[in-house]
Amino acid sequence: MSIEELYREVILDHYRNPRNRGALDHPDAHAEGNNPLCGDELLLDLRFDGDRVAEVAIQGQGCSISQSSASMMSQAINGKTLDEVRDLIATFKTMMDIETPAQAGLDPDRPGAVLGDLEALQGVRKFPVRIKCANLAWTTLEEALQSHQSSVFRNQL
Amino acid sequence: MIDLSHLRLDFPVLQRRVHGQPLVFLDSAASSQKPTQVLDVMDAVYRTHYANVHRGAYLLSEESTTAYEEARGKVAKFINATSRTEVVFTRGTTTALNTVAFGWGMDNLSAGDRVLLTMMEHHANVVPWQMVARRTGAELVYLPMTGDHRLDLDRLPELLDERVRVVSFTGMSNVTGTLPPVTDIARMAHEIGALVVVDAAQLVTHVPIDVQQLEADFIAFSGHKMLGPTGIGALWGRPSLLEEMEPFEGGGEMISDVRLDGSTWAPVPHKFEAGTPPIVEAIGLGAAVDYLEKIGMESVRRHDRELTGYALNRLTELPQVRVFGPEDLEQRGGVISFALGDVHPHDVATVLDQEGVAVRAGHHCAKPLTRALGVPATARASFQVYNTREDVDALVTGLRRVEEVFRVD
Repeated sequence: MSIEELYREVILDHYRNPRNRGALDHPDAHAEGNNPLCGDELLLDLRFDGDRVAEVAIQGQGCSISQSSASMMSQAINGKTLDEVRDLIATFKTMMDIETPAQAGLDPDRPGAVLGDLEALQGVRKFPVRIKCANLAWTTLEEALQSHQSSVFRNQL
Repeated sequence: MIDLSHLRLDFPVLQRRVHGQPLVFLDSAASSQKPTQVLDVMDAVYRTHYANVHRGAYLLSEESTTAYEEARGKVAKFINATSRTEVVFTRGTTTALNTVAFGWGMDNLSAGDRVLLTMMEHHANVVPWQMVARRTGAELVYLPMTGDHRLDLDRLPELLDERVRVVSFTGMSNVTGTLPPVTDIARMAHEIGALVVVDAAQLVTHVPIDVQQLEADFIAFSGHKMLGPTGIGALWGRPSLLEEMEPFEGGGEMISDVRLDGSTWAPVPHKFEAGTPPIVEAIGLGAAVDYLEKIGMESVRRHDRELTGYALNRLTELPQVRVFGPEDLEQRGGVISFALGDVHPHDVATVLDQEGVAVRAGHHCAKPLTRALGVPATARASFQVYNTREDVDALVTGLRRVEEVFRVD
């Protein structure tokens, strides 16, 4: 296994030129994630238009895997419905789960099951200690969605 | 240059290959590898002498007790303590520092008092004091660093006022390798009557230690960084302080008498060793001390200094590498933290690992220090007696590979 299988071109590109960097004023959802062991940090802001993600902004620091994963995620979820985003999270987690075949969750007919650039992170599976780096953005996203959901729920009361 | 390469054969793990490459182990500051001489002694204890210590009136228990107490004597002699009773066996540096912070701090610190730490402390010498400060109302202050990551001793006099009751600092930074002038700091601290505690986790295995010269009141270190096993370490303390300090943990072994309405403590050092101690680990630490004594700590220090000098020199061949810590080899030991261009340390470590080179990446349990360096993390190469110039060459070759993968020019 060569190291280039881990550090694919697209990963280095997103690391050096991260997309959707910054913060949102009064975001609809916000979450912070970190890997205490390695110090990777991520701040995620989301704005919704109805049940669609209308804006994503990311701040943070960390290794090429954690930061490129966040950058690619920000592109992948932008414009998607909440259901599609949840589907995408599940697809990504399946890809990162070393117990299942890498392609298991992919389905070209479901918008939430098309990973696109994110498929470049498949190589991380062969470096188990780095999987948590790739997953950081996604667990942070789950947290943001959860906090959003509970605030929507509260507003409906 | 002093040649200790013959020692490599004593360390079975160094024969290993990782990812198809010969192992180049450069993470001894996290934990060192163990020589056959330590492994064999521990194995022999378990196979032929093992029983609990200080208890049974039978031969095996006597043998275990003798070996355990002999190990204490070896550690005492290694640091030039006056008596073996000045050495308390602990689980490691962390427990040793907690023993002082809680044992001494809870009874002697109160609101208005200060504990002086430094910006280059390991979390083990920060967090216990924070916990004790929170309970006692004492305040923590931190001695800053200079631009080249030495302690800023010019700031020391103004910080050392009558409120400072404890000065606790590292004898050698686990991030930058910095060797502060321990004795000078101890003298200044003693002038205002403060207690002096030295975290010697790195110092003990890189530099000869003589507690008579250091002039500290307590020093703490671990076995596993000095070629011994995990789960064992030591706290050396001045006899009078050990006498008056309350134990941090209660239980079996540490008592003189237990009644329903109270207990009295066993004599020093046993009053600090509650419960069944790590018996075989202590004996293994004694064997590690024997091993280091046989090499001679002066030779260990010379080897470490020469290898560090060689490494610092070779790293200058890579213009994108930025090394943290002092340049003067008298003021630093064999721990080298560095950054490589804009490549994150974890990525550096992953690429190096594929080349067989094991380095640490992260904040090295010293977040205030890494923050002060202005980086979220560093990559760190650290040396032990078994490292060679060839290991440094492999590191440099590996770093060129990192540059290639990440297209750093």
